[in-house]
Amino acid sequence: MKFTLSWLKDHLDTEATLDQIVDGLIGVGLEVEAVEDKSKGLAPFTVAYVKEARQHPNADRLRVCDVLTRSGMVQVVCGAPNAKTGMKAIFAPPGAYIPGTKITLEKGVIRGVESNGMLVSERELLLSDEHDGIIELDKTAPIGSSAADALGLSDPMIYIKVTPNRPDALGIHGIARDLAAKGLGTLKPIKIPAIAGKFKSPIGVSLIFDGGDVSPCPLFVGRYIKDVKNGPSPKWLQNRLKAIGLRPISALVDVTNYITFTYGRPLHVFDADKIKGSIHARLAKRGEYLRALDGKTYWLDANMTVIADERRPEALGGIMGGEESGVSDKTVNVFLESAYFDALRTAATGRKLGVQSDARYRFERGVDPAFTQTGAELGTEMILELCGGEPSELVVAGHVPDTQRSYLLRRRRVANLGGVEVSEAQQKEILTALGFEVTEKPDGLLCAVPSWRPDVHGEADLVEEVCRIYGLDNVPFAEMPRLSPIAKPVLSPLQRRMIQARRTLASRGLNEAVTWSFLPEAHARLFNNGQRNRDLVLANPISSELSDMRPSLLANLIAATGRNMARGFQDVALFEVGQAYAGDKPEDETLRAAGTRRGDVVPRNWQGGQRAVDVFTAKADALAVLEAAGAQVQTMQVVAEAPSWYHPGRSGTIQMGPQNKLATFGEIHPRILAEMDVKGPLVAFEVNLSAIPGTKTRTSTRAALKASDLMALKRDFAFVVDEAIEADKIVKAAKGADKQLVSDVVVFDRFAGGTLEAGKASLAIEVTIQPREKTLTEEEIEALSQKIVAQVHKATGGVLRS
Amino acid sequence: MSLQNLEQSLIDGITSAADETELESLRVSALGKKGAISERMKTLGGMAPEERKTAGAELNALKDKITEALSARKSALQAKTLEARLVTEKVDVTLPARPEAQGSIHPVSQVWEEVVQIWGDLGFSVAEGPHIENDFYNFTALNIPPEHPARQEHDTFYLQPKADGSRMLLRTHTSPVQIRSMLESKPPIRIIAPGRTFRSDSDQTHTPMFHQIEGLVIDEETHLGHLKWALAEFCKAFFEIDDVKMRFRASHFPFTEPSMEIDINCSWEGGQVKIGEGSSWLEILGSGMVHPSVIKAGGLDPERYQGWAFGMGLDRIAMLKYGIPDLRAFFEADLRWLRHYGFRSLAVPTLAGGLS
Repeated sequence: MKFTLSWLKDHLDTEATLDQIVDGLIGVGLEVEAVEDKSKGLAPFTVAYVKEARQHPNADRLRVCDVLTRSGMVQVVCGAPNAKTGMKAIFAPPGAYIPGTKITLEKGVIRGVESNGMLVSERELLLSDEHDGIIELDKTAPIGSSAADALGLSDPMIYIKVTPNRPDALGIHGIARDLAAKGLGTLKPIKIPAIAGKFKSPIGVSLIFDGGDVSPCPLFVGRYIKDVKNGPSPKWLQNRLKAIGLRPISALVDVTNYITFTYGRPLHVFDADKIKGSIHARLAKRGEYLRALDGKTYWLDANMTVIADERRPEALGGIMGGEESGVSDKTVNVFLESAYFDALRTAATGRKLGVQSDARYRFERGVDPAFTQTGAELGTEMILELCGGEPSELVVAGHVPDTQRSYLLRRRRVANLGGVEVSEAQQKEILTALGFEVTEKPDGLLCAVPSWRPDVHGEADLVEEVCRIYGLDNVPFAEMPRLSPIAKPVLSPLQRRMIQARRTLASRGLNEAVTWSFLPEAHARLFNNGQRNRDLVLANPISSELSDMRPSLLANLIAATGRNMARGFQDVALFEVGQAYAGDKPEDETLRAAGTRRGDVVPRNWQGGQRAVDVFTAKADALAVLEAAGAQVQTMQVVAEAPSWYHPGRSGTIQMGPQNKLATFGEIHPRILAEMDVKGPLVAFEVNLSAIPGTKTRTSTRAALKASDLMALKRDFAFVVDEAIEADKIVKAAKGADKQLVSDVVVFDRFAGGTLEAGKASLAIEVTIQPREKTLTEEEIEALSQKIVAQVHKATGGVLRS
Repeated sequence: MSLQNLEQSLIDGITSAADETELESLRVSALGKKGAISERMKTLGGMAPEERKTAGAELNALKDKITEALSARKSALQAKTLEARLVTEKVDVTLPARPEAQGSIHPVSQVWEEVVQIWGDLGFSVAEGPHIENDFYNFTALNIPPEHPARQEHDTFYLQPKADGSRMLLRTHTSPVQIRSMLESKPPIRIIAPGRTFRSDSDQTHTPMFHQIEGLVIDEETHLGHLKWALAEFCKAFFEIDDVKMRFRASHFPFTEPSMEIDINCSWEGGQVKIGEGSSWLEILGSGMVHPSVIKAGGLDPERYQGWAFGMGLDRIAMLKYGIPDLRAFFEADLRWLRHYGFRSLAVPTLAGGLS
């Protein structure tokens, strides 16, 4: 919503400065987007009279002008072809900053002739691109007066952002009402003209709706005005419209725009001679269309309200008039429409047809229904003033819809909801100034809501009205009581896991990314066994790259790895902690910690030891996350199974049991990488943090430390086993040989081939033996070693390598 | 050879010994079984008691002297050897240390923790809700009627229609968590709800996914003054400044009444924003007293309960605090950006240790 200061002052009697008004607007909730005060930039420029313009003695294209300015006669050299004796122009003195050229003017000598200033073009003042000549003002412009005044630009323009609940502020009068309530002046009452009709309108109006439900257009007020003379509107009106970015069209059209912006009341004018028969409001019929004033043709449906004559729709109700029946310079008889259209239907129609207009903008937010007839009178008055003519009596169909309602504002409600003490007298004053009819009741103020405030629906709204006018800045800060003297922990176990997982992975050298929750369909399929989960497909994706909800975090991390490789990074380790979606129910969302690694885990360096990432890097990441998240990693199984997007032979699952899988890890399947166009190998892991069971007991006490004073000893064993035997089996068997004494078993070597029989592998383990009560004798150690060998043999068929 | 001459010759030998081997052979020649001193010791037995007393004392003194000289020389020779070895062991310390990958924490995660620290101190627990929501939680319960423009497809992401025509949607704000919290718990309620939100929007300053943080208080007496206080304290704590000027502007949200937007003062220098100084205003959040209809939708009696709510962009406050220029880069996973704007894994924000 745009308006100018002088336009506002037509409705607000005020001594307030522009800055005070701007602050007031912001305070009451009419957010000021911009203030354009052209007079500031134009301050150095004044009106001057060119007493004589003569040929420059040394340059064909230059003239030497004697210019009468505010400070007397000066000589100016001017290159403009239109500089001529007797004209009024705009003079820039030395020292003036010329905005169009970004130059501060100095006295100069041009081709040997002194020049003490400049006559400027529109472009030099940034008024337009016009630079063919200097600005030529009206001959009546007073010499020495300000250029802004002479150009009609001295009126600052204010641009406010009006929230959708405040249609009353889409008219300048309504804005003035808020400011007056705020104490920034007095609202000038609207002078409603009583226009006596000279004749009966030859065009009648009616509401024709099936079943008599006139809610789409409950009220239609019209008037026929004959013998008007249309043409350009007067300068002052054009200037105002131009100042708020509207293009003046003709007096009749400019009047409707003027009333729209002044009172938030859209009007429409038909060329009465192009209307056939009477006018009525009705719903459109399928197949009907309207060629509208914006030059476009709109196909209508049965949910859209139109204003029609006997032949066809002539206007789209509350949105836009039709071209056929529009007024032109040739218009002699005009029919003025002031109707009330339903907000929701207007919005739906506008949206469906994709048509924007100042009328739609107001009707869909809610125009004051009680102002319908006043709007017609004000419009008529202005048309008669600007275009002459003779008015008919008003024609009216329907009634003003009833919007009457009242709410009680309880005595302490502003204090205990708004947090500010405002005297009841002041509350009443504020509400009255806003147009509420306030009646004092024993328990508070009974407030009848004005017809222009469709947003007020209860006591809380009344509190808001009082608070916003009283000033939210004036609400005192009130300390909130602490719930406990020292803050208690506030995170859920899952939230703690999330933080731990994240910081653990960052400590391990991975960079945290946050990627979209969306992915392209092709990737959704790759990470869902080729299927597309219909419940996770967006109906209106922003692009085909963001069409589905991600079933796994890995796809986006792999794609991000590819993008980073394209930027020249070879070693990329990314992770993300976020949600993956298995369906559209809340429980289908799980919190995951996932990561991908590519390239070297230890890069090339002068000491050697370069090492590429592999399955076990990803496994270590997954285990570290699980451990950090508080999972009992020692009790978990690692099985050689994993989802289809992993390399079938180089991947695994970490689980508590077949029904409770916590993490997967491995190399990403080469086919997946090929389809995503990312060069591998690439390893990945994904931990389902939501699946980790919580600890049942919450105690900070640790179990007592059982450290033995006796020195632990280590023994190495190497077994030859079938290649298919999993290392874990050997480890478990060795551990099981004596659960008291064997405290740890670690695989430290594995190889196949060489001197070994085909199909066999050698696995070497280091067993830590921790004596508990006494030092072990050589015999006891030997017996334990035998037992370990026997257990491993029994479990795996492995034999000690000789 | 006189004892004096023997001593002189042994000391001379020890002093000039070039290495430990030579020193050892000197020790043997003097103190070994057949060494010069040992041999003389053996002659003591054949001496008269008086004579033996004198000669014995002299010999013992000589032995001590030689032993001491040997030991001193040995230390000196060892020191020299060590010194020589150390010279050969010199390395170029300007060579790089073994490479270790440096991980990083994303700014959104860091700010998540910062915000939780602050609100946690005021007794706000962290609530969460699903990203895939239904109409009721995202709109209806929040007093957003079916015809509201926010429900249009150009604003809200919808999923495929179900058999009954209903459609799930991606939550457009964290406000559904207000409703879920009210339905799941009893007042007094103090929660914040940080998380992902989605809008069908993509340009220079908008991304289809972004992060919001919601705040909600429900009890019987909390009012607008408390809201102002809490948000002012939050801003001071979050931006780590002693004072921040705030501007409270009346505004409109369907789910609050009265509603207000809050601006904080800032300055712009060379494209960088500085919070808490300067005279420009920057909008940072929307807030208000929870609308009675919303309290009702949360299963509570609006005649008895009231409270406030706010919503703020988590990415946005991260951008403001850390001077990050472009929202879109948050979600591009560009390693250069992650490393530049990310945080060290151990830089855990705490109230005691500081948030940044």
